[in-house]
Amino acid sequence: MRNHLLGTLAAATILSPFAAMAETEVHFWHAFGGRLGELVAAQVEDFNASQSDYVVVQSRKGNYSETLNSGIAAFRAGEQPHILMVFEVGTATMMAARGAVRPVHEVMAQSGAAFDQDAYIGAVKGYYTSTKGDMLSLPFNASTPVLWVNRDAMAAAGVDPDTDLSTWQNVDTALTALKAGGEDCPLVTAWQSWIHLENFSAYHDVPFASKDNGFAGLDTELMLNGKAQVAHLNAMGQWAKDGKFIYTGRRNEGGANFRAGDCALFTESSAGYAGIKKEATFDFEVRPLPYWEGVGNSPQNTIIGGASLWVMEGHSEDEYKGAGEFLSFLSSTDVQAAWHQDTGYLPITAEAGNATRAAGFYAANPGTEVAVIQMTTNKPTANSNGLRLGSFDQIRGIIDEELEGIWAGDKTAQEAMDSAKERGDALLRRFESANR
Amino acid sequence: MDQRVTFRGWWLPVLLIAPQVLVSAIFFFYPAGQAIWQSLFIPDPFGLSSRFVGLSNFEFLFSDKFYLASFGTTAIFSILVTLCSMIPALLLAVMADRLIKGSGVYRTMLIWPYAVAPAIAGVLWLFMFNTRVGVVSWYLGHLGYDWNHVLNGGEAMGLVVVASAWGRISYNFLFFFAALQAVPRSVIEAAAIDGARFWKRFWTIVLPLLSPTAFFLLVVNVIYSFFETFGVIHMITSGGPQQSTTVLVYKVYSDGFVGQDLGSSAAQSVILLFVVGLLTIVQFKFVEKRVHY
Repeated sequence: MRNHLLGTLAAATILSPFAAMAETEVHFWHAFGGRLGELVAAQVEDFNASQSDYVVVQSRKGNYSETLNSGIAAFRAGEQPHILMVFEVGTATMMAARGAVRPVHEVMAQSGAAFDQDAYIGAVKGYYTSTKGDMLSLPFNASTPVLWVNRDAMAAAGVDPDTDLSTWQNVDTALTALKAGGEDCPLVTAWQSWIHLENFSAYHDVPFASKDNGFAGLDTELMLNGKAQVAHLNAMGQWAKDGKFIYTGRRNEGGANFRAGDCALFTESSAGYAGIKKEATFDFEVRPLPYWEGVGNSPQNTIIGGASLWVMEGHSEDEYKGAGEFLSFLSSTDVQAAWHQDTGYLPITAEAGNATRAAGFYAANPGTEVAVIQMTTNKPTANSNGLRLGSFDQIRGIIDEELEGIWAGDKTAQEAMDSAKERGDALLRRFESANR
Repeated sequence: MDQRVTFRGWWLPVLLIAPQVLVSAIFFFYPAGQAIWQSLFIPDPFGLSSRFVGLSNFEFLFSDKFYLASFGTTAIFSILVTLCSMIPALLLAVMADRLIKGSGVYRTMLIWPYAVAPAIAGVLWLFMFNTRVGVVSWYLGHLGYDWNHVLNGGEAMGLVVVASAWGRISYNFLFFFAALQAVPRSVIEAAAIDGARFWKRFWTIVLPLLSPTAFFLLVVNVIYSFFETFGVIHMITSGGPQQSTTVLVYKVYSDGFVGQDLGSSAAQSVILLFVVGLLTIVQFKFVEKRVHY
């Protein structure tokens, strides 16, 4: 038995170089497990089956942070993959790493694969595009926040489920009515900094940080303590005090409350669709994210969250050609449309959205188009392209802490945001000096 | 009377301590040296460039009032974890020592929690106190107490302390129990014949004889609460709400692995190294004087 095993191993070791010579391997590290992991694996299999020159080898490296850390550690050891998935807050870190990454537009130009930058949806690619308009990484999974409504809970509290919730003014009225109608959890949120500060700023066309939200330079400073943001957080702080807004945690803990039917309104990513559809035993509905009437240029467009694919330096030209082919395959209309419909993530090309509409998917699944419309109605401005800030994962942690100060009633919105700016700016200066 | 065996020549003793020296050098001194070296630089995450900045990483840390506050948080956390894991352990050990029947089962049950990894223990306690579905928070709600460690810093601290101390009670119990078994019966019996009651015997005879064990456990538990409680805090609070459970070692992690700020992370490791070294010296200098071997 043992000898047999050793023999097999030896044979495999001897034979593997020949196998590798026939087809060029392209390694792809990602952060998806569960159902999403299966879908990614299926995409890779389809690509491998579609041609015989390249073999993409996919492997999961943990959650977003762990995947980024694995990629960085591997680069330091000279063992980096060809393609690395990096979440949106790691964008500035990757961009600043000249010499570690190869911009996607260069990879595509060299590989000769079909690549038209204009085919990608502006608000989706904008997050990953240089100020010159070149795509640096390929958007992979993108979502944007929307308002989820539990229609049964609204009706139970005596509030018309069809009431207009497009503005926060109307939401305020609805929350008061819900509370008065005996609802214990009128409003809950996921990803508080992403939705109520980052997206809030883009949606109202006010800056989140100077230098075009960091797109125009590393010497950027946070501007999240502006009038519009503070007013919004003041209102939310008051709702928290009155028991109209229930705080459940820094991540998407509130999703469990909403899916169980405990809460009436829920601000969460559009990608929450699959989970809510599967678990909710009540009548639910997707609405556009509310905006404050009379503030900024609202409603502008919301920004995305999710991850993009970065191509790492240090490989052979032939392998880059393979990476380019794979990225081109991922962007193709069929693959994108299927991904969009299976996951609830946004399509990355307009063509994939059109194909989805033509297939009747939006008509059969009401609400799935809300996010797409919210993203594409207006052309993004300098305030709504996205954010490009160093140490942003940590800055979000600081924002979370300060927001908790508001919800607990320990700080006013102005104090909390002034403090967040001061602490965040210190990290931005450190990032600037590390990447000069 | 004192008999000493000395080695003739020097190569045999050197050879005999060589493995220990080698292991210490490779696994302790080399990484510690690396941390000190790295703390003088601001590198970029990918290791493409690195700028020498002298002590400015330390300056940056000591000018950050949140970093300084985390010393206080760490002190409170460590003291609470040490007390909450040692006192119940001693109590349980004393009671187990008096058992005549079924002490084997009782002992085994008490040792079990030690087998649970800190991160798993964290999840376990998190479930019990979950604000929505937690069993304990549900009962507390019925008693009219609104448990919410997501926003209440005191409750969050209490929860991470209990979760960190729980598994540790077993470890401490094991040591206390062994030490209690080693207390000579004759001394206790003599005291009993002289009319000393249980608590009197405990305070004047048993406890002093336990002091070497208690001292050892004090050192080990303080170091545990400084370094190994990371998993529990990561699972339950991630350092929140606000900064109420951000202990020093959690900040090392979040700056290094979340923020990719390796310079600051290295500087914090060096500071931790000194703090723990200092604590251990203090313990040996002052506490050990009161210990009877």
